Amino acid sequence: MLWLLLFVVTAIHAELCQPDAENAFKVRLSIKTALGDNAYAWDSNEEYLFKAMVAFSMRKVPNREATEISHVLLCNVTQRVSFWFVVTDPLKNHTLPAVEVQSAIRMNRNRINNAFSLNDRTLEFLKIPSTLASPMDPSAPIWIIVFGVVFCIIAAAITVLVLSGIRQHRREDNELPEVDGTEEKCENVITSESSIPCHRLHMNGGGINGVFVTKDEWLTPL
Amino acid sequence: MALVPGLAPHVDDHGDERPRWDSKSQYLLSCIGFAVGLGNIWRFPYLCQAYGGGAFLVPYFIALVFEGIPLFHIELAIGQRLRKGSIGVWTAISPYLGGVGLGCFLVSSLVCLYYNTVLTWVLWFLLNSFQQPLPWSSCPPDLDRTGFVEECEGSSSVSYFWYRQTLNITADISNSGTVQWRLLVCLAACWAVVYLCVSRGIESTGKAIYFTALFPYLVLTVFLIRGLTLPGAAEGLAHLFTPNVQILQNPRVWLDAATQIFFSLSLAFGGHVAFASYNPPRNDCRKDAVVIALANSMTSLYASVTIFSIMGFKATKDYGRCLDRNVLGLINEFDFPEQSISRDDYPAVLAHLNATQPERVARLPLKDCHLEHFLDKSASGPGLAFIIFTEAVLHMPGAPGWAVLFFGMLFSLGLSSMFGNMEGIITPLLDLGTVPRWVPKEALTGLICLLCFLAAICFTLQSGNYWLEIFDSFVVSLNLMVLAFFEVVGVIYVYGMKRFCDDIMWMTGSRPGLYWQVAWRVVSPLLLLAIFVAYIVLLAQKPLSYRAWDPQHDQFPLRPEKLYPGWVQAACVLLSLLPALCIPVAALAQLFAQRRWRRKEVPSQDTHLKPQDGGAC
Repeated sequence: MLWLLLFVVTAIHAELCQPDAENAFKVRLSIKTALGDNAYAWDSNEEYLFKAMVAFSMRKVPNREATEISHVLLCNVTQRVSFWFVVTDPLKNHTLPAVEVQSAIRMNRNRINNAFSLNDRTLEFLKIPSTLASPMDPSAPIWIIVFGVVFCIIAAAITVLVLSGIRQHRREDNELPEVDGTEEKCENVITSESSIPCHRLHMNGGGINGVFVTKDEWLTPL
Repeated sequence: MALVPGLAPHVDDHGDERPRWDSKSQYLLSCIGFAVGLGNIWRFPYLCQAYGGGAFLVPYFIALVFEGIPLFHIELAIGQRLRKGSIGVWTAISPYLGGVGLGCFLVSSLVCLYYNTVLTWVLWFLLNSFQQPLPWSSCPPDLDRTGFVEECEGSSSVSYFWYRQTLNITADISNSGTVQWRLLVCLAACWAVVYLCVSRGIESTGKAIYFTALFPYLVLTVFLIRGLTLPGAAEGLAHLFTPNVQILQNPRVWLDAATQIFFSLSLAFGGHVAFASYNPPRNDCRKDAVVIALANSMTSLYASVTIFSIMGFKATKDYGRCLDRNVLGLINEFDFPEQSISRDDYPAVLAHLNATQPERVARLPLKDCHLEHFLDKSASGPGLAFIIFTEAVLHMPGAPGWAVLFFGMLFSLGLSSMFGNMEGIITPLLDLGTVPRWVPKEALTGLICLLCFLAAICFTLQSGNYWLEIFDSFVVSLNLMVLAFFEVVGVIYVYGMKRFCDDIMWMTGSRPGLYWQVAWRVVSPLLLLAIFVAYIVLLAQKPLSYRAWDPQHDQFPLRPEKLYPGWVQAACVLLSLLPALCIPVAALAQLFAQRRWRRKEVPSQDTHLKPQDGGAC
């Protein structure tokens, strides 16, 4: 009698949890990818922990506080490691709606991931999208800070340059009336072959050199 | 004495002593910095790889020897001899050729506008590189945080960062959108940096050039060493340099090699003329021309080795990821144990599964992975720097540091080219005497920078990238060829080969040999004419179109090709013709001015000089 009961229970379980069954979810773990050499083997104890985590998540849903570990059924465990699971009601004759299970898992996704030392990518609940972490938004975008520093340096440099230029011009303007004999000084500087005369025409004394042929005349009109 | 008495041009109209370079190395570095620009990094490697690798070097060096170096020598010689900027030089050679100088001046101005916008983008990326993880490494999540933003999912995080978060590009050029404030502040910063360096002319650029010209070489070397140690570098270099001699039969290769040399050396911009005009009059400009041109080409080669070792690394990584994705797909579908199929086993396993369970395999989104396919995915222009290279940098350990170095290098390269462009604008204006004497040079350069900044704001619009491509394609291509053609012809046939040879003899101490004379008289003008005609033919063959970034397009992320609207096409034509049209317009203006002058001066005709004839050298 007991064997018959066990057989019936297993049969019902088998019906409730099947690949692509109603309200069933497929889970895929990539333990070696996540942990490398520290990867643990997936055995029945890990399955027990998984059932416990799912039950824990369901217990946080209002009206489902009575969910037990035995209500979570796993099936089709492959070497990948992947399997399907369903959550049944206390009477074990039907499965809980997928929407409830989905929202429960989403709310506690972080706890479930941490229990297995995995993350959203290595512990996948197919058909349950994970909530992505919001992007790190520092108080001010970093580029603005760097830009501010750079621009301040540039502005300071330009100010220094312009001020020194003004001071230099003022100094030259003050020196101008004192210099008289520069023309003689310049004549000594003419190089032998180049007839580029070094003449500093002063602003107040400058004039056009009359011997200098104007542009229009030195080329005959074509 | 070779100098004709009264050869006025070597006396400055200003009367002030012309500024001089502090040392020869400053001059050389300035010219090299001007010639070596962003094109050496992102245009030459692409051409090399697209046109049969090592085989491309053949037309490239032929073009360098017969077109690049002779033209470059002419520019440096006339600048050094006549000691003026572009407008002054050409007006001095012949008043009817003043339009050539004006054309060069216009081209420099237009290029300044959009070139600094590219630097703005580089600066933006540079500022964003100071964080870990880099902002282009992952897609931002969408509103309910269950997935990523759709546009990013469909393309890639790098493309999304470039097209959306940087440019915020519209889907069509006629939709201008709004000014992007982020790019606007970066543009202001860029122009401030340019002003800082150019404010006192060569006095200030001469100091800045030591850093901006040498820093890129340092970074290239660092990247080369890093690149060569990365896995996959050898495949990238093999792909780049494997010669495919068949491709030399395609005339397109020769055309692209000739135009690449041309633009790479920054000929006919007026910048080299301006730089040379600050030289002492007795300076070996022939040796300078050869040294600078060779330095430019060697830099291109050096950069391609660096770029392609990193591209090889990226392609290998992408290929590995493609395989891994396929392997994972198989493992997940058939529930094999994790990591049970290695990349090498994959083909055998796939074949076996295809034989046993074909329908399940057919449902999987398995891609065809070929390393050559990834190696071929190189690009030229901004696409290389802002999409492909930024993605490659993500895979390198210590990514933010490499990104900072890379964009810092691009910024220096662009900045040193901007110096040349700005000198091509400032020197003619100063020489023309358009500014009264009491206005300091800093004020003039400040005004020019401010005007350029205001004009360049249109490139920070959402459709700015499309406009920049238009400027890039149309302003430089035809105009420079026309201007260079008139440069050669003007100097050799109008100024006179004999007089020019005499001037060079006086400046350098030796006459130009047979190679130079043949190149100047025959080869260069013919080559320029041939390229010009070929270019026009190719341009006429296909309608003017552009590739738009349209997230609504059904084949997104492929970029649909759209035709330019009528008014944009008119703008393209205007940009292509305006600088070149300066030549006939200025010649006509001079003709009318002469006629009017002669009619006024009819009684006193004996003041004319005897005509000079441009005899053979």
